[in-house]
Amino acid sequence: MLIKIAHSHPIRPSEITPESVYHGRRRFLLQIGAAAASVTLGGCEPPESGAVANTALASLKVTKKTELAGGENVTAYEDITHYNNFYEFGTTKEAPARNAGRLRTRPWSVVVDGECEAPGHVDLDELINPQVLEERIYRHRCVERWSMVAPWLGVPLAPVLRRFKPTSNAKYVAFYTLFDPRQMPETGRGVLNWPYREGLRIDEAMHPLAFLSVGLYGRVLPNQNGAPLRLTVPWKYGFKSIKSIVQITFTQWQPETSWNQLGPQEYGFYSNVNPAVDHPRWSQARERRLGELVMRKTLMFNGYPEVASLYSAMDLSTFF
Amino acid sequence: MNHLLPWRVAAWALGVVPLAFAVKWTFQSLLGPNPVEFLEHYTGDWTLRLLLTTLAMTPLRKVTRLSEPIRVRRILGLWTYAFLCLHFSIYLVFDLGLSVAQLGADLVKRTYITLGFSAWLMLLPLAITSTNAWQRRLKRRWVTLHQLIYPAAILGCTHYYWLVKADTREPLIYLAILLALLAFRVQSVGISLRRRREQPPAVRVQIETMSASTSSERP
Repeated sequence: MLIKIAHSHPIRPSEITPESVYHGRRRFLLQIGAAAASVTLGGCEPPESGAVANTALASLKVTKKTELAGGENVTAYEDITHYNNFYEFGTTKEAPARNAGRLRTRPWSVVVDGECEAPGHVDLDELINPQVLEERIYRHRCVERWSMVAPWLGVPLAPVLRRFKPTSNAKYVAFYTLFDPRQMPETGRGVLNWPYREGLRIDEAMHPLAFLSVGLYGRVLPNQNGAPLRLTVPWKYGFKSIKSIVQITFTQWQPETSWNQLGPQEYGFYSNVNPAVDHPRWSQARERRLGELVMRKTLMFNGYPEVASLYSAMDLSTFF
Repeated sequence: MNHLLPWRVAAWALGVVPLAFAVKWTFQSLLGPNPVEFLEHYTGDWTLRLLLTTLAMTPLRKVTRLSEPIRVRRILGLWTYAFLCLHFSIYLVFDLGLSVAQLGADLVKRTYITLGFSAWLMLLPLAITSTNAWQRRLKRRWVTLHQLIYPAAILGCTHYYWLVKADTREPLIYLAILLALLAFRVQSVGISLRRRREQPPAVRVQIETMSASTSSERP
């Protein structure tokens, strides 16, 4: 029960003041003063600057560590957790860190259904055994041209899926994010077609690089990063790595995906990182790594050439 | 003359204060995980805010019947251009690495870049000819030339609308304010045309000279 943190504890972890905030409380007061001053100046709010590491989150044990980002520097925890796209909690990069505290991540269960012999409705701890977590350091490339390197904790996706015995009809896997307007007030505005949905072809889902994450930087995932369970597909644009998953469905046909529904010309089903295929409105040849100023070159499949064989017979500019 | 001073102070403050904050936050490393993007958005936002404020001065004069709004219009216009140049420079240096070839590619392929660049180009002669000497030299053509601010404003707001991924609320607010400001002008042009038609010819000449003298009024 390593990642079980909310039960039997009268104070929720989200209510505990992080150590660093406590020790830095004078500075925090100064920041509040500065924020109050800037409110009167309307439109001059400084960007968020929060705690260095959220020590309120339970730490997790890992059995194995794999570095899969070519030895590149891991992005700061502060940056990974305060620069998020999670539209259910707001459309700015700062909003999820501010608003995702409303999300209740325990108890959490996942429905697995569709083209499989052993469908189920399973508790998170039953789905992901907290005793056998591994750490993987992956590159993460957003379709918006920013990128980072993150140490995820979790398990490979394939063995989890196999437990539900997908049939030969299972050609795709669809994933769905929780959709609860009470916990996610921003969904009321209908920017995207909720619940957020994503999908992979079954062979993509079974690839050893496809990963289910429950943690980050040695601790439980912060809510804004997709707690308690998210997909991590490092060779695809970030929006494919769906957050806060409540349902996994094996399908015979290619499932609908949220960004594709919004802009079919701009966001394809595959959305593999590809410097040669531009987004209609911007080039994908380069990216800005968080923590760096000048843009760097984007790598094919985000630097994971081992997935190329999945697409050997496909024209990647048609199936973008 | 004294009652112009608060207007001038306010117009300068609209440029100096946001710039001072940007400099302060940069030196304090308070720009967040993606400082370049923050500054691009910040300078872009302030360009549009200042541009719309500049365009609001003529309606403000008509509503309040004060001449001060027109007399601080040049200050606001030049601060608009200063923020636009900052915005463009950050993109040139950090997004393009000062590569002319990449700028060319972006101008051809990326519609929102084409729009933004065109707006910058249109406002360039306006900034250059903003001095009293140029105003005298160009006479009535100065007024015609400075009407370039209208297409530039439309391009600027559309540039913002075009680059947003899904949440279009903010760009739509800017576009709505711009349309309201333009509608005010269409309406007042309509009224003055109707008045002209209703006036006998002798009076019409008088009105034309009057309007020419007010529109070229120097700040």
